[in-house]
Amino acid sequence: MEKFIEHTGLVVPLDRANVDTDQIIPKQFLQKTTRTGFAQHLFHDWRFLDDDGLQPNPDFILNQAAYKGASILLARENFGCGSSREHAPWAIQEFGFKVVIAPSFADIFYGNCINIGVLPIVLEEQAINELFTHALQKPLELTANLETMTLTYGDKSYPIELTQFQQYCLKNGIDSVGWTLQSQARIDEFSASLPAWQ
Amino acid sequence: MPSTLYEKLWQRHLVEDKSGETPLIFVDRHLVHEVTSPQAFANLKFHGRKVYSPERTIATMDHNISTRSADINAAGENAANQLKTLDKNCQEFGVRLYGMGHKNQGIVHVMGPELGLTLPGQVIVCGDSHTATHGAFGSLAFGIGTSEVEHVLATQTLRQNKAKTMKIDIQGSRPLGVSAKDIILAVIGKVGHAGATGYVVEYTGATIAELTMEERMTVCNMSIEFGAKAGIIAPDHTTFEYLKGKEFAPRGDTWLQALNDWQTLHSDDDATFDTVVTIDAQEIKPQVTWGTNPGQVTAINSVVPSPDDFSDAVERDSCVNALQYMDLTPGTKITDIHINNVFIGSCTNSRIEDLRIAAAVVKGKTVSPQVTAIVVPGSYRVKQQAESEGLDEVFKQAGFEWRLPGCSMCLGMNDDKLIAGDRCASTSNRNFEGRQGRGSRTHLVSPAMAAAAAIAGHFVDVNQFAGAK
Repeated sequence: MEKFIEHTGLVVPLDRANVDTDQIIPKQFLQKTTRTGFAQHLFHDWRFLDDDGLQPNPDFILNQAAYKGASILLARENFGCGSSREHAPWAIQEFGFKVVIAPSFADIFYGNCINIGVLPIVLEEQAINELFTHALQKPLELTANLETMTLTYGDKSYPIELTQFQQYCLKNGIDSVGWTLQSQARIDEFSASLPAWQ
Repeated sequence: MPSTLYEKLWQRHLVEDKSGETPLIFVDRHLVHEVTSPQAFANLKFHGRKVYSPERTIATMDHNISTRSADINAAGENAANQLKTLDKNCQEFGVRLYGMGHKNQGIVHVMGPELGLTLPGQVIVCGDSHTATHGAFGSLAFGIGTSEVEHVLATQTLRQNKAKTMKIDIQGSRPLGVSAKDIILAVIGKVGHAGATGYVVEYTGATIAELTMEERMTVCNMSIEFGAKAGIIAPDHTTFEYLKGKEFAPRGDTWLQALNDWQTLHSDDDATFDTVVTIDAQEIKPQVTWGTNPGQVTAINSVVPSPDDFSDAVERDSCVNALQYMDLTPGTKITDIHINNVFIGSCTNSRIEDLRIAAAVVKGKTVSPQVTAIVVPGSYRVKQQAESEGLDEVFKQAGFEWRLPGCSMCLGMNDDKLIAGDRCASTSNRNFEGRQGRGSRTHLVSPAMAAAAAIAGHFVDVNQFAGAK
């Protein structure tokens, strides 16, 4: 996993609550056996007018020139709800997003982001509203920094909340399986202690 | 200190809780299917790692498969590639697979319980958000992403932060025609689409105690639909009776030892929950969703709401978007909504009791001429049982198609999907935009309500329908 220490990028404000993972990546694109090839289908039904993804929907915010090259996605509450498909954060990451900001995330989606090195940032409603106001007016660049655990622009600064271990894994690009296998002896011992029926 | 059931399950699976690390918990059962596992197996291969415990890992094929043919190639080239990849991975890593044509094949959350692979007191995971289904047995069961699938395959553990606890206490006898599906839809309507995010929910109360195991599975199945990490019901006599004699359930002395242990799996009387919700079952009516998330739900005798009915700005906006997508006008009676498709199936409602109830409603009647209706049993075992009871004939005579088991039109990964403008009464679990096909509109209902809508061509109160229980 790539290390995440600091990132500065353009924000795209997606003004929707309850964006589910079916919207982020519809089911017809889940038949791949690789972790790549999903970016072209990100938000497919909103982004394209046709089923083949050849006619961009000019009304969808990701298609608007002002937000081209955005690498920070700003959304409303309960982002990433529904299906556990990790294809959703894979698509977000491959499209070029490093950070997703929302007032709340669905649990599985949040964990999936951390596990692949996309930084999910939870901010209070008021801060989210401020960011939406700014980002909808003119291009807004934000900096997320995991050394200082802050999200900043101009003289504004918001704290980034992560557990100590999440912060450590993101900053160091930890292979979580390799990390846990260091505890294999303990897992073996635990496994051997379980009752027969379990 | 008094503990909740969740805390007991958590504590007995805690492998390691080092300072500065996310706690490590042990996984007793890992259920695997074709869509969320290939990248996990590929990474194991890349790193030269093994599956830690193949005997705790069970795979089946369900999401992608055709319900018209048991041929692995029947759902198209990409689906076939994914199914063959699962087959290859299972052979290479020594994982048991119930593939196409196997007598145990079925939707992963139907297959596990009916074989007795799901047991009280276990931690069960699967790369599928409806894994909470297995919580009906008093196990801690939840959906995971593919990176976590890889982690469980390689280590038989997961890193999990402890969730908050919510008790949903449901008391009172449910009115006639109110099913487990109506109970959970009413719960979601009350708690809200994201109301249990960060929580593990325990369902308690006399109403829950009276439910059969299959009904409890329907309730727990939809825990994710209001954000919960997992949904649990404490095991009791009903649970033990269901499990006794199942293929993978313990036997003999081990069964007796297991029973002794399982009887301790309940929240202590004075245990504290972070949140408590109480619901009176007598107030619940048959439910129908009108919007694009399962929390946008109302009673059959009600009307489509107006954005003005919501004081919260986000809910109001969501209502505006939903009404536009669903092409519904505020104030329309739910019973005036006409449908042209019916889907009876999914990990929520495809078990034998669901099919019996739906068959009782349609018996001797005919599906409305403008409606296409399909029944997709949850597993081969369910299909066989239904056929031995003649339910397939009841459905077919009424004009339903009788299909092979699979996830089917719940998510439309195969060719069972709707086209833009279709409106479906569905016994599945999600009414998201495009879930059953781009531009299609899904209304979530119980099997009895779906069956009644198929006959009438529009939603009807199943209680006003002859033949309904």
